[in-house]
Amino acid sequence: MSVLIFIDQSEGHVKKSSLEALTYGADVAKQLGTTAEGIVLGTVTEDLAALGKYGVSKIHQVSNAALNNVDAQVYASVISEAATATGATVIVFSHNQTGKAVAARVAAKLKAGLVAGACALPNTSNGFSVKKTVFSGKAYAHVNILSAVKVISLNPNSYKTVATEGTAVVEALAVTVNEPKVKITAVNKITGEVPLTEADIVVSGGRGLKGPEHWGILLDLAKELGAATACSRPVGDAHWRPHHEHVGQTGVQVAPNLYIAIGISGAIQHLAGVNRSKVIVVINKDPEAPFFKAADYGIVGDAFEVVPQLTSAIQKMKAGA
Amino acid sequence: MKILVCVSKTPDTTSKIAFTDGNTKFDEAGVQWIINPYDEWYSLVRAIELKEANPAATIHLVTVGNADAEPIIRKALALGGDEAIRVNTDNSDAYYIAAQIAEVAKQGGYDLIFTGKETIDYNGSSIGGMVAELVDSPYISLATKFDLNGTTATVVREIDGGEETAEVTLPVVVSCQKGMAEQRIPNMRGIMAARTKPLKVVEPIAVDALTSIQSFELPPAKAGVKLVAPDNVAELVRLLHEEAKAI
Ligand SMILES: Cc1cc2nc3c(=O)[nH]c(=O)nc-3n(C[C@H](O)[C@H](O)[C@H](O)COP(=O)(O)OP(=O)(O)OC[C@H]3O[C@@H](n4cnc5c(N)ncnc54)[C@H](O)[C@@H]3O)c2cc1C
Repeated sequence: MSVLIFIDQSEGHVKKSSLEALTYGADVAKQLGTTAEGIVLGTVTEDLAALGKYGVSKIHQVSNAALNNVDAQVYASVISEAATATGATVIVFSHNQTGKAVAARVAAKLKAGLVAGACALPNTSNGFSVKKTVFSGKAYAHVNILSAVKVISLNPNSYKTVATEGTAVVEALAVTVNEPKVKITAVNKITGEVPLTEADIVVSGGRGLKGPEHWGILLDLAKELGAATACSRPVGDAHWRPHHEHVGQTGVQVAPNLYIAIGISGAIQHLAGVNRSKVIVVINKDPEAPFFKAADYGIVGDAFEVVPQLTSAIQKMKAGA
Repeated sequence: MKILVCVSKTPDTTSKIAFTDGNTKFDEAGVQWIINPYDEWYSLVRAIELKEANPAATIHLVTVGNADAEPIIRKALALGGDEAIRVNTDNSDAYYIAAQIAEVAKQGGYDLIFTGKETIDYNGSSIGGMVAELVDSPYISLATKFDLNGTTATVVREIDGGEETAEVTLPVVVSCQKGMAEQRIPNMRGIMAARTKPLKVVEPIAVDALTSIQSFELPPAKAGVKLVAPDNVAELVRLLHEEAKAI
């Protein structure tokens, strides 16, 4: 019995969402009175032993360069084989793009119950139930896993990373790596941007900004805060912003520490994707905008005046601090 | 070419989310049901476009659900598709559902299986991956583009921090999202035609559900908004820094 955590890497670097998964998996292991181990696939440049500080005692590495790109089928077979070989009874993924591609396949292969989009530690007082978001963030469900082997994929930004002391033993794991049936012909990574689902701060704009040419004030604010940028659906639909920025019920669901909504009315479908944000700030010229009901702080005012002032006030605060 | 499109019934996006029976059941009172938007806007419409380009193709829709799902299937058939299959069960475990779809898929011998990226009620994003595993096909998750040339598909899919272009030979399972197609509105002819399209009901195969929902919970209500005057932006910055500790 052990907990196996899948460590997702991109170009040799371990992702922030995986550090959350490691902390989470280590805490699950503590709950169950067992050990937590990680598994990493592909070529990694980072010091893996140092990941021991998140609570894992061992890291299994399959450093086959053929695994540098994610192929759901190949990954699932490698991870399932590793889980069986290491005697894992709980397998933890991040519910990021990689997790969405792979976790379900692993679950089906091992006939293991899956909770996708978990946001808290399991409750093991009576069985094994895991809290997850449902209705696109409008509610939570507590889901019982009935099978002996269990798969959990953790929502990004919903479990706090805790680093303490410790080093992990890094071991090469011999598993079968099949030839992928999907041939990747091009990879296009957006560099220099904070990934939306991992961002601590998100600055988001709506139709109130009136056109793509007005996004400068929002980008300036985002830059000042080191924030990711997002938008409402009509903004994405009108191609004012790239569609991967569209948040809401039918877009990306985010849960940052701080979500700043500028010129967004706060339609129910928009709120569904953002209401797990810890602090919500709304800037809207209409005092009746529904978003104010879901906000912690608000300014009723014209975004074109307020946003540049906000950026310079933050600059001032930083200079003074 | 045979395409299988998975369709699920979900509450309308404006539905009030509430629970009954001691928070163990979703409160369906007054809820309008729709086709899961990802299934409708992206996977179904893209399948229809593929059939428009290749009229010899057939499209089957599959839903796993009880008879309440039939109006939704008729609505989907009004957009397009040749016939529908409903697997008669109301089990909501992802593995159970995927196993039913995989069974339909094996019986029908499909070249292409489309699902939506996720359903807007359970947000698991897991059916496509599970079906792919159960039928032993490659899986393209979170696809934003899908083009077909003979039996070779060229796809673009979302990956962490960007996108990837790939080629794969059919059969393949694809989960579809924005970018795949544009939403369509059914026309009168489609609606009339849908009435007489075959809708086959099959009983589920025996599979053990691997999860069950114990209870639901609503998030705590917000305490109320603190308003700051627009000419006092510095005060907002102070609050965010000192009180909320968010910046
Ligand atoms: C099935 C379905 C799914 C949907 N999914 C999503 C989704 O995932 N995400 C999403 O966002 N939407 C979604 N929508 C759309 C949603 O219903 C709203 O239409 C949309 O969110 C509105 O976008 P908006 O707030 O940018 O625009 P509007 O509603 O037009 O709001 C613009 C706001 O800007 C304010 N404003 C105008 N000028 C200024 C100014 N100078 N300064 C400050 N404020 C100003 C206005 O007061 C107004 O509140 C969905 C709809 C449906 C039917």
